[in-house]
Amino acid sequence: MGVLDRVWHRRERRWGSDDRLDERNRSKPLLIALVLASASLITLDYHGGSDSPVEPARRAVGEVFGPIETGASAAVRPFTAVPSWFRSRGSMREQLDELEAENAKLRSQAATSGYDRNRLEEYDGLTAAAKSLGYALVPARVVGLGPSQSFSRTVTIDAGSASGVAPDMTVLNNDGLVGRVLRVTSTTATVLLVVDADSVVGGRVGESMEIGFLHGRGVLGNDGRLDLELVDESAIPAKHDTVVTWGSQGGAPYVSGVPVGRVTSVYSSLRETSQRAVIEPFVDFGSLDLVGVVVPSGSRSDRSVIEADGSLQ
Amino acid sequence: VNGVRLAVAMALVSVALVLQVSLFPHLAWQGVVPNLCLLVVVGAGLTRGAQFAAVLGFLAGVALDLAPPADHVAGRWALALVVVGYVAGRVRQDLKPTAVAVVGTVAASSFIGTSVFALSGLLLSDGVTDFGELLPVILVAVLWDVLLTPFVLPPVMTLFNRLEPERATV
Repeated sequence: MGVLDRVWHRRERRWGSDDRLDERNRSKPLLIALVLASASLITLDYHGGSDSPVEPARRAVGEVFGPIETGASAAVRPFTAVPSWFRSRGSMREQLDELEAENAKLRSQAATSGYDRNRLEEYDGLTAAAKSLGYALVPARVVGLGPSQSFSRTVTIDAGSASGVAPDMTVLNNDGLVGRVLRVTSTTATVLLVVDADSVVGGRVGESMEIGFLHGRGVLGNDGRLDLELVDESAIPAKHDTVVTWGSQGGAPYVSGVPVGRVTSVYSSLRETSQRAVIEPFVDFGSLDLVGVVVPSGSRSDRSVIEADGSLQ
Repeated sequence: VNGVRLAVAMALVSVALVLQVSLFPHLAWQGVVPNLCLLVVVGAGLTRGAQFAAVLGFLAGVALDLAPPADHVAGRWALALVVVGYVAGRVRQDLKPTAVAVVGTVAASSFIGTSVFALSGLLLSDGVTDFGELLPVILVAVLWDVLLTPFVLPPVMTLFNRLEPERATV
């Protein structure tokens, strides 16, 4: 009896483990199928671009999730301002120190006012140029940010094709260049920030008018930096020089004359044929909120468009 | 795999996705946010087993790959979350998992999921350029996921258990 009992028990245990083994055996083909499905999706989308077969699916999913993101971000907007109310005394003091340092720097700059006047004239010229080209801006808000885990710096804005936004349009805010529109749905658009590693912008050093290319570094966090590679290897940009976009043909994807950032350091290597400079962008990418999309003047939109002369249309 | 159960799970994933994109960037450290979709998939694995979690992981991954503002090569999060669902499902015992087991599974899954995504980016040279910047991102992501575990996993696991009670009583 005792022996039989033990055998029975063992068999029962065997049955139990068989069940688990069975599940493992059933889930293995499924796992392989799912991994293969992911791999084929990667293969389909690998070359990317606007003619990728995945692009219609992206648009369809965007049409569904875009309005939800817009709604969710509108709901949390009143609460996102709360942390700044509780800003500690320490950070206030830090800010005071920073402002004092900046004040001192400004005082020293005032001593070189002639130089500054030249620079001001240049700025004026640029603004006038932008005006004469007749840009209009569609205002939009940032409603979604891509996580750093995804290693791409993109945001969703709440203006889409219904507002007159189309791919390859310039996006800026009142500090400077933000990025360009990658793709649109009817109510939202995805914007590639200039600090993304894939982003290349034609830049011009405001002082010397030298042209070059601005590459995003794709680095973490809010202190994004750009690398400026000048075409003319003999030209050396000075520290604190301002870099603006030099614009692409037909204003797409970047219109000309939009301020991008300031030169913080310059270095050159013997192996590389060109000078490299590090640019600190004017835009704070950590706290993006209100942006404008550059659209042709007089374009049709479901919201008021800011015209080049400042009037609302 | 029951259709209703999968539909409820997908609704849960959608809520997680929207919170991850629209709310958590305001709380993010250096842009790294908690991966709520991954937590939902881990919850499914701990309660429903590897098969269901792998299917849900694939669907959640595709949603993460396609929903704006994603711009990486589609299929990368899908691959990462299929692996996560499978791994979390393997951990599942027939007993109710302890708190330590849940936190451990989340930490391991988060590490594996974020690493698979990051390494696939390195292989495809899609966004990731520097190997050195991977590790801090992965570690912060794991920390975020573990921090949110007490708030996300218990309700998610209760919900999945309610969806099919007979499995839990067997």
